[in-house]
Amino acid sequence: MADDRLIIAGREFKSRLWVGTGKYKDFAETQKAIELSGADVVTVAVRRVNITDRSKENLLDYIDPKKYTILPNTAGCYSVEDAVRYSRLARAAGVSDLVKLEVLGDERTLFPDTAGLIEAAKILIKEGFIVLPYTNDDPIVAQKLVDVGCPAVMPLAAPIGSGLGIRNPYNLKIIMEMIKVPIIVDAGVGTASDAAFAMELGADAVLMNTAIAGAQDPLAMAEAMKYAVHAGRLAYKAGRIPRKLYATASSPIEGML
Amino acid sequence: MDSAIQIHVNGQAQTWRSGTTVADLLCDLDIKTEQVAVELNLEILDRAAFGQRLLNDGDRLEILGFIGGGSL
Repeated sequence: MADDRLIIAGREFKSRLWVGTGKYKDFAETQKAIELSGADVVTVAVRRVNITDRSKENLLDYIDPKKYTILPNTAGCYSVEDAVRYSRLARAAGVSDLVKLEVLGDERTLFPDTAGLIEAAKILIKEGFIVLPYTNDDPIVAQKLVDVGCPAVMPLAAPIGSGLGIRNPYNLKIIMEMIKVPIIVDAGVGTASDAAFAMELGADAVLMNTAIAGAQDPLAMAEAMKYAVHAGRLAYKAGRIPRKLYATASSPIEGML
Repeated sequence: MDSAIQIHVNGQAQTWRSGTTVADLLCDLDIKTEQVAVELNLEILDRAAFGQRLLNDGDRLEILGFIGGGSL
């Protein structure tokens, strides 16, 4: 699989597992988990700097932007205006035009407001952003996001942090067949088999945070996810056997007594 | 003594000496400029402008950076 590269907007990514940086015990654990996951894309949130306690450490002291692609997100934004504002701030604070765009519609489900998402994507793409949108598992919305210029689409597997796994594999499969840009399954993964399943469906990558950070042993889970994503990708490329209702013997009848 | 200005920094009311630039404020707060975005009265400032941009009474300054987060 040496030539099995993931390319988005002209950028090449080595890892098909992308990870978030929230919910870890401390920055040392964050750093170690990311390292063990093998991820080379790391998503971060944009928030006010602590101006009263400057002794607090900075995330970027632990996650070297030279080693990882820092993917700022607009987590927590519930309006087009906020998502656009946070994207602009992320670009001003960082070094690239990449943004994982979230326009959330509801606090309880954290489902995306897809109408707002498309609108915000349009505005940001006009400003030169590379917009990776967090969206629902809706193929029509995914296509609209591509039509406005998103170079990849990030449909959810299940609600953020829910750990429910792939709730609608059929919709995700349709998205993967219909949409001609990379598909990154984002949110809802609970354990390694979920990640492998997403990859077996044909996802180009999987992004997760809570499944690793919230595990009882985040470091072990980070490693498990690395292998799961790799195994799922290999299985997808290998091409699985068709499902059949009845048995087919795998040993020959010939030579039996 | 120089006259003072009242501004809001990340939502906190603060008093600064008039003539303070954005770069002065960041330096006094011990904030590295290369890792933050600064928004002054809703306008995002270029890093190159921090040194020239004087703060005025009533300004609202927001200083933001990257923190741990996946999706919230």
